[in-house]
Amino acid sequence: MRKLLFESVFRRPLTERAPLPDDAAVAELATALGKAARRRLGRSLSIREVDAGSCNGCELEIHALNNAYYDVERFGLRFVASPRHADVLMVTGPVTKNMREALERTYHATPNPKWVVAVGDCARNGGCFAGSYAVVGGVSEVVPVDLHIPGCPPAPTAMLQGLLALFERADAGAVTS
Amino acid sequence: MPSLIDLTLEGRKVGQHRPWPRVVVDASVWTFAATELAHGRWSLLGLWGEPATVHMAIMDGQAAEIAVVSLDCPDRSFPSVGKHHPPALRLERTIHDLFGLSAEGAPDTRPWLDHNRWGVRFPLGDRIDALPKATPYGLLVAEGDGLHQIPVGPVHAGIIEPGHFRFTASGETVVRLEQRLGYVHKGIDGLMSGASLERGVHLAGRTSGDSTVAYAYAFSRAAEAALDLAVPDRAVLLRALLAELERLANHLGDIGAICNDASFALMHAHCGVLRESVLRAAGAAFGHRLMRDVIVPGGVSRDIGADGVQTIRAALDNIRLRFPALVELYDNTASLQDRTVDTGVLKPPLARQYAAGGYIGRASGRSFDARRALVYPPYDRLRFDVPTLNEGDVNARVWIRVREVEQSLSLIEQILRRLPNGPTRTEVPLGGAVREGMAVVEGFRGDVLVWLRLRNGLIERCHMRDPSWFQWPLLEAVIENNIVADFPLCNKSFNCSYSGHDL
Ligand code: SF4
Repeated sequence: MRKLLFESVFRRPLTERAPLPDDAAVAELATALGKAARRRLGRSLSIREVDAGSCNGCELEIHALNNAYYDVERFGLRFVASPRHADVLMVTGPVTKNMREALERTYHATPNPKWVVAVGDCARNGGCFAGSYAVVGGVSEVVPVDLHIPGCPPAPTAMLQGLLALFERADAGAVTS
Repeated sequence: MPSLIDLTLEGRKVGQHRPWPRVVVDASVWTFAATELAHGRWSLLGLWGEPATVHMAIMDGQAAEIAVVSLDCPDRSFPSVGKHHPPALRLERTIHDLFGLSAEGAPDTRPWLDHNRWGVRFPLGDRIDALPKATPYGLLVAEGDGLHQIPVGPVHAGIIEPGHFRFTASGETVVRLEQRLGYVHKGIDGLMSGASLERGVHLAGRTSGDSTVAYAYAFSRAAEAALDLAVPDRAVLLRALLAELERLANHLGDIGAICNDASFALMHAHCGVLRESVLRAAGAAFGHRLMRDVIVPGGVSRDIGADGVQTIRAALDNIRLRFPALVELYDNTASLQDRTVDTGVLKPPLARQYAAGGYIGRASGRSFDARRALVYPPYDRLRFDVPTLNEGDVNARVWIRVREVEQSLSLIEQILRRLPNGPTRTEVPLGGAVREGMAVVEGFRGDVLVWLRLRNGLIERCHMRDPSWFQWPLLEAVIENNIVADFPLCNKSFNCSYSGHDL
């Protein structure tokens, strides 16, 4: 019974429909990303996500990167639990004053070389929260930022594009850490 | 026994407050209301401040009556509600942090959102300089042989919002959990003051990203109530369509995520695919995957075309095809049930006391659903059930979500069938000098409340209350006597908003 159920559940989505209807753009991006990542690092790239005051919209789309449509792990991109395991910090939000220190400490806990990717409009300059008594206003006010991915929130494809750009710049030596 | 109506007769009624009455009362009526809340006949819907006034929204669940009582506090203090009715405690601490008004006799006077990092105290009241040195936050203690503490956060190990949890455990068993929130406080109430309605709804939609539709919906309805404005019928239905799509996407994502925390990644993968299909359909139909900035005062900013309807229908068909098998898988997987059944039990009396909204309340016998209880259009003409259970465990919260997925599928179908032609937006008038409005809208995690006052068309003051305010404290309660390892499961089954709470 269990077995049958399992099979009926497994079979449809994972065989007939797999790979899931990736649009061409995602597939293409993903291939490019995979190549660039490997060329640059020759291994997987670990990302530590830090919410520094986001509305949680950016987190939803970062989560989506892990779903079966995008499945970023295919390209060696991994979200890790500790900054000590990370190459990239992906930071969201307008950096609230209450989160500033936690962000700084996370940054310092990340070993070199490291890159910081600011995700979302808030992370650039505080977005619609700029000017509030409670926000710092942009990730680069607190830690050096290598790349900004705009959007509110950026769609998963935009994030893949952004990561690709990061690799290309890193490759060209434009990014130092 | 006084009814809410009797209570409102005790005060001076404020004109221009819609759709429910607001009355200014004296301290004795205020305290009387607090004690009645404590007796459990009414529920606390919200408690918020202004520079020299406090407001309390009360609901009589039976009669679905709502009233706002206000108390002027010229001497910067008011009788504590939390002293009688604990759900008010964190709200009172917040009123003090933001406005500098103190709750007389409150049992907990520690700061809440203020971490002494803003460089200013009472930012929305009479500002004063911040304390020269941050004083350590006094976490509550639990003492006993062999107890140890586990501090977690604000930066967590996953892709989640920041907050601090302090566990006190005896071996594996949690004796006490204390939350410390406020890390994502962005000062949204402050940013609202003086803003246009356009900016206001933009901010409202960024209060809690997963509830962007619910917030824009509640904000717009509050503004329309204040201005006594009716929106075109097509917009009324489209709003409900957006709200149900949001509920569907979130429930699908969360059902999977809860199972994932019980190490059942398979459900997570499949539910993630279904969630993505909803987001893609929403993106195709409304130009934004999370449906942000679509609901605005006066109607909706984007109409849906025939293609959009088609895409949504296709996504629904796909979910109808696949979801039942996933539900069956959940139901028949003993290892999963082993983790969810009887874990993190929220007892019905506690859910009632805190007026817990959404799946948290409904899994613990509280059937309140703003769509049903307050019958705002178009839900007055749509057929749907409000599922409830009494077990109050993680499993019950999963099942409520499963049932709500089914209900949302049916609601969306009904909406698409009835969608009338016509305009989707109406002109928003400036209104008179002063107008006040309030709305309660059912978001995916419960009732979102928005109250605002407009002056010459601009927002003078806006308060938004996330359902999480009354759900977070319950998470502290349900984790007791569970093992530390079950915390992620309990937490995910609640899925309270940090940003919506911290604001
Ligand atoms: S950029 Fe948009 S989605 Fe991201 S945190 Fe800011 S408001 Fe939220």
